[in-house]
Amino acid sequence: MSESKSLLELSGVGIRFGGLVAVSGFDFSISTGELVGLIGPNGAGKTTVFNIITGVYAPSEGAVRFSGSSINGLAPNKITAFGIARTFQNIRLFSSLSVVDNVRTALNLHLQTGMFGALWRGRKFREEEHRVRIEALELLEIFGLAKMADAPCRSLSYGDQRRLEIVRALATRPRLLLLDEPAAGMNPTEKVELMKLIRFTQERFGLAVLLVEHDMKVVMGICQRIAVLEYGRKIAEGTPSEIQKNQRVIAAYLGEEVVDA
Amino acid sequence: MNELLQQILNGLSLGAIYALIALGYTMVYGVLRFINFAHGDVFMVGAFSGLYLFRWLKPFFDGGRWLLAALVLLGAMLISATLGVLVEWLAYRPLREKPRLTVLITAIGVSLLLEYSAQLLFGAAPRGFPSLVEGGAIGGIGGLHASNVQVLVFLVSGALLFALRFIVMRTRIGLAMRALSLNPTAAALMGVNISVVISFTFGLGSALAAAGAIFYASLYQAIDPFMGVLPGLKAFVAAVLGGIGSLPGAALGGVILGVVETLVVGYSKELGIPPGYRDAVAFVILILILLFKPSGLLGKNHREKV
Repeated sequence: MSESKSLLELSGVGIRFGGLVAVSGFDFSISTGELVGLIGPNGAGKTTVFNIITGVYAPSEGAVRFSGSSINGLAPNKITAFGIARTFQNIRLFSSLSVVDNVRTALNLHLQTGMFGALWRGRKFREEEHRVRIEALELLEIFGLAKMADAPCRSLSYGDQRRLEIVRALATRPRLLLLDEPAAGMNPTEKVELMKLIRFTQERFGLAVLLVEHDMKVVMGICQRIAVLEYGRKIAEGTPSEIQKNQRVIAAYLGEEVVDA
Repeated sequence: MNELLQQILNGLSLGAIYALIALGYTMVYGVLRFINFAHGDVFMVGAFSGLYLFRWLKPFFDGGRWLLAALVLLGAMLISATLGVLVEWLAYRPLREKPRLTVLITAIGVSLLLEYSAQLLFGAAPRGFPSLVEGGAIGGIGGLHASNVQVLVFLVSGALLFALRFIVMRTRIGLAMRALSLNPTAAALMGVNISVVISFTFGLGSALAAAGAIFYASLYQAIDPFMGVLPGLKAFVAAVLGGIGSLPGAALGGVILGVVETLVVGYSKELGIPPGYRDAVAFVILILILLFKPSGLLGKNHREKV
């Protein structure tokens, strides 16, 4: 392939909702094995960027490429099949399904017998179904959720629900994992656990991880690189220490300094 | 006492039909959150398909009346399922991202289109519907009587409900349907092909409505292009009564509605309600349920998170 090794590449991406420019001229890339943070004040367009990458919104301009092919405007389920998975800012599990069924929903993406093969349950189907359950349980085991496999997922604790969302996302066998504010609503101890979990997940599954997060300790603690959005534009990008010193970023978060004339 | 049991038995067979129709409303509501008001007309098309299938197939079957009945039933279900999928594809899919009210009004349009197209094709006058299974009342247990058709209604509706439960709870497409009804965005992002699941849901619901239509037509032995309007509305009430979005709720709501309606008519003198008010029963129930338990008997309260 070409020299560019980035897994995901956004060039000049923008989106408008009516007259509102939510994101514009956004250039960004991420490679396998990278853990990158995307930060910015409220309303800066972070979640919108996620929605563009995952196909929930089609960008009004610019190009989105994933491992060499354009995924502009593809349906979300197609993009998921390409290898991009995400979790949500407010947990969106299938609340009345069991823990293992939540994971199975996502695993079914890669089955051969398809959704309708399941209607006449041949031997191949049953074997596959058995394998899917085992695979789901294995994934749950890695994250310490296997013992709750048959419980309805709404009975899980908040932290476990967050973990289950990550498991469900991993079940689609992604190469890029997008985490939307995973630390929201967590206490400091849980946040430390979460940081370990994210790092562990990335190494165990060999992923690229893009993290949107408000908690600076979490972002600065685990990201190798950080991009900063303000009013839908990228205003800075660099290592955590560079970002911490960047005047433009400080101004975006704390307001401009008043300069005497 | 015996008369009461007999009335309840009659009510149950009508209720089973309402249940079959109500399931279609509730399933579509589950995945798309809108009421498909054309569902009653898909029901009507099921009945007409049955009539014509019966005519075409009859010369080939001399003795095997049950086999003929089965073929008519399956054929009508297949035709209605195709129509349901087609309606969704042509009328509702282009409006997927539009406000729900737009789709709702489109559904009313589709309903009128189907009704008047049927009138154009089949004429406005009621047509006789053959009794699919011969024979009158089977002498029942303890003086109760069930006609052949009623027995057929009970057996086949029961089997269909079990089949539906199996599909929804035990198959992959069923899992996808449940996931979609709980959270469409998350389902799509987990790789569920939403359009396929929605088409399947429409097909499934329409097939059940067609089965209900064949039974309804066999019981009343007359069909016309507007026959779907009232059963459709009543089945909608049944779905709301049971809790819209809930499959067991739709079945329960249908059965309750059928029994209550039959009892009101059967005991109209004692109750002081003229039998002509039979169609009002469903709507009184609708008003009561909306006043006192809007989530329905088996429905869950939706807590919307902002």
